[in-house]
Amino acid sequence: MSFLSYLINGISLGSIYAIIALGYTMVYGIAKMLNFAHGDIIMVGAFAIFTMVSTLGFPPIAGVLFAVVFCTILGVTIERVAYRPLRGTSKLAVLITAIGVSYLLQNLALLIFGSNSHQFTSVVTLPNLKLADGALTISSVTIVTIVSCVVIIIALMMFINKTKVGQAMLAVSEDTGAATLMGIDVNRTIAITFAIGSALAAIAGALLCSAYPSLTPYTGSMPGIKAFVAAVFGGIGSIPGAFIGGVLLGVIENLSKAYISSQLSDAIVFSVLIIVLLVRPTGILGRQINEKV
Amino acid sequence: MAMLEVKSLSISFGGLRAVDDFNVVIEKGQLYGMIGPNGAGKTTVFNLLTGVYKPDTGKILLDGKDITGKRTIEINQAGIARTFQNIRLFKELSVLDNVKAGLHNHHTYSTLEGILRLPRYYRVEKEMDERAMELLKVFDLDGEYDYKASNLPYGKQRKLEIARALATDPKLLLLDEPAAGMNPNETAELMDTIRFVRDHFDMTILLIEHDMKLVSGICERLTVLNFGQVLTEGETAQVLNDSRVITAYLGE
Amino acid sequence: MKKTKNKIRIQNLITYGMVIAAWVIIEILIQTGHISSLLKGLLVPLCIYAILAVSLNLTVGILGELSLGHAGFMCVGAFSGAFFTNVAADAIPSTGVRLFIALLIGAVTAGIFGLLIGIPVLRLKGDYLAIVTLAFGEIIKNLINTFYIGIDSSGLHFSIKDTMSLGMDETGVVIIKGPQGITGTPKAATFTIGIILLLITLVIVLNLIHSRTGRAIMSIRDNRIAAESIGINVTKYKLMAFSISAALAGVAGVLYAHNLSSLAATTNNFGYNKSIMILVFVVLGGLGSVRGSVIAAVVLTLLPELLRGLNDYRMLIYAIVLIVMMIFNSSPKAIAMRAVLRERFMSKKTKEAA
Repeated sequence: MSFLSYLINGISLGSIYAIIALGYTMVYGIAKMLNFAHGDIIMVGAFAIFTMVSTLGFPPIAGVLFAVVFCTILGVTIERVAYRPLRGTSKLAVLITAIGVSYLLQNLALLIFGSNSHQFTSVVTLPNLKLADGALTISSVTIVTIVSCVVIIIALMMFINKTKVGQAMLAVSEDTGAATLMGIDVNRTIAITFAIGSALAAIAGALLCSAYPSLTPYTGSMPGIKAFVAAVFGGIGSIPGAFIGGVLLGVIENLSKAYISSQLSDAIVFSVLIIVLLVRPTGILGRQINEKV
Repeated sequence: MAMLEVKSLSISFGGLRAVDDFNVVIEKGQLYGMIGPNGAGKTTVFNLLTGVYKPDTGKILLDGKDITGKRTIEINQAGIARTFQNIRLFKELSVLDNVKAGLHNHHTYSTLEGILRLPRYYRVEKEMDERAMELLKVFDLDGEYDYKASNLPYGKQRKLEIARALATDPKLLLLDEPAAGMNPNETAELMDTIRFVRDHFDMTILLIEHDMKLVSGICERLTVLNFGQVLTEGETAQVLNDSRVITAYLGE
Repeated sequence: MKKTKNKIRIQNLITYGMVIAAWVIIEILIQTGHISSLLKGLLVPLCIYAILAVSLNLTVGILGELSLGHAGFMCVGAFSGAFFTNVAADAIPSTGVRLFIALLIGAVTAGIFGLLIGIPVLRLKGDYLAIVTLAFGEIIKNLINTFYIGIDSSGLHFSIKDTMSLGMDETGVVIIKGPQGITGTPKAATFTIGIILLLITLVIVLNLIHSRTGRAIMSIRDNRIAAESIGINVTKYKLMAFSISAALAGVAGVLYAHNLSSLAATTNNFGYNKSIMILVFVVLGGLGSVRGSVIAAVVLTLLPELLRGLNDYRMLIYAIVLIVMMIFNSSPKAIAMRAVLRERFMSKKTKEAA
């Protein structure tokens, strides 16, 4: 039974990684940039909820909605101010700018909320699920997390495959130049991508802090990196890849914490990534690209 | 013995036979042309000859030595150098350094000798400078030796690529569309240069080209590729008058 | 051709001269007592970060591969060097000699790690390489945190559990204590040693760049396929650049370990954030510009300290400076604007002259 609960918790953690990884993977696929600040949007989202719910006393659902709107605006603003001026220049310049944005968000939070850890109240108020006469308890947060992740993935895939904006996103990710020639507004498409990614990060922030309630300005950093690893793991640019990568990563992390060593769990996660990349250099679902001579 | 002998070379990508049963014999000192419509598989043949792709079947003999399936750097050391259809220079390096990179395997000293600046470093670097300048002179690039390669005009970039290839001291030089993007004057000048390289360096040259003036002007023999197969082969004048060749190029 | 050669030589001499001049000035300030204790404490770290930036530039600027795991190699160097210094405490009483040997050990160990990691990793390209180097850096940090190594009369003992399971006799001394790391390393690193090591690093990297090997490495950066076509062994030179870069990071690590009394593989010391910080130095200093790396490392290390008066706002300002500098340096619009301003300035000047 304990294995089952570790597994379920792993899937739940992995679902959070997957939701964050979606943001990474979409931005990478479309703007071809590593948005290092993405993890910090999670933290901003969590603080937005914290302020609304714990400080101002709004109901959790209002807090989550506010965080989603706030992060969406924040994501689009960051793209407009910091990333768009650098579009088409060296990848490294954009990467360093993203790092700058990450520092900026962390230090703004540090200034406003201080470095102490804040107790985050779970946004999920449902009772826990008891199975097999109480031998197996699954917390409601876990269930909500997994369900949210599945719903988000399905919704996102439908959005991309069925709507005009989604098709435009695909076109831009395939060939930005050709997409421009076909009359697609690339800037707008990229802005929408950032908006979706940031909204998802806010949801991830709510779920992450409901499961792990200690909130600091650095809360988003490590999950952000792990989610990025998950995105690469599953094949960056691929939405099902982000899901598979995220869930696998969460499960591997939780099981190695439980059965091998909690100290080594990160090392194990990263080792698995390296092995996967050495066997499949573009991730599990990534496309192979051969250089033309 | 022929300088290059290729026997029934084939490669497929997915289901497509990009090169199918390709044969060619090139004698030492020959200026040999390969023509054919776009997508006929000409560059693929170059990539097979230089080890970028491994052939599914067939044999490649360079000066009697079997080089089939060898790696690119081994093939270069065995004596094949090439240029690229889409120019591939070392953009950030100077013109001189581009050629000196080509001399890499012929004028050597160890990394440690380089870091410690031992006498051998100064001696070999001087040899390299002299040799590289000689080569640049052939292509009239010696005046621009300290330019960044990417700052050269297009025609000169093509020439620099040939100079760099020659620096590796090859037996066989492969030129992939050397006149692409050149105006008639530049092309005429290039023809003289290619002839000069053949005579001066005693070189065997195989080139891919679309410019018929260049092909008929300097190539002694031709092979025509179409849909990955050899359509015909022979003396230049004869091949260019072949009705099948005209059909392949112009359609029915 | 002589002209170009001399130009390179003069440029290199300026770089060395700059470092030596900084040393002379600081030494005079120290002798005359005109230096704050805060700045004094920063002198060795400044050398460490300059060495790290120059060595990472070899991978990122010269080889053209993005590495996010440089702190991992620094970590390897720090621990192997400090381990030696502590183990050999009885055998070699002179801390100076021990530091010298520790530097060699740190460089070689980090270099070997660079080679071992480079063999699988350098087959990957671009962002994949970046993420895998990041992963390796985290693994190294993580693994060292689980190590317990002690020494007693019968030799070395190793465990990944705790001190007790080392099973040593009463003469036993624990040297690496898991998450607590290594304590009691003598503070043998001085500013002068740091400057000497920085100068050695500069000589190695600058001479390497302007040699046959450097040309081969840069040709791979500019065009791998063309480099292969002229017979350059791509794998060999990639590995060489990567492991020399790692070895030099190892040297910086040894210096780091001998500047602190206790050394632990924490996220702050050796995490990916540290690697990123070094990368920021390299990019802002200019890819491939060795002197730029040194200057950027010094300025960006001093900046937060100089802003200390602003206290809570200093890291915020640092972040904004970083973003603004990147946009100002690289954005096509900013570059065009700068050109216009320069022209206006120049035409004003010529008008005045006329």
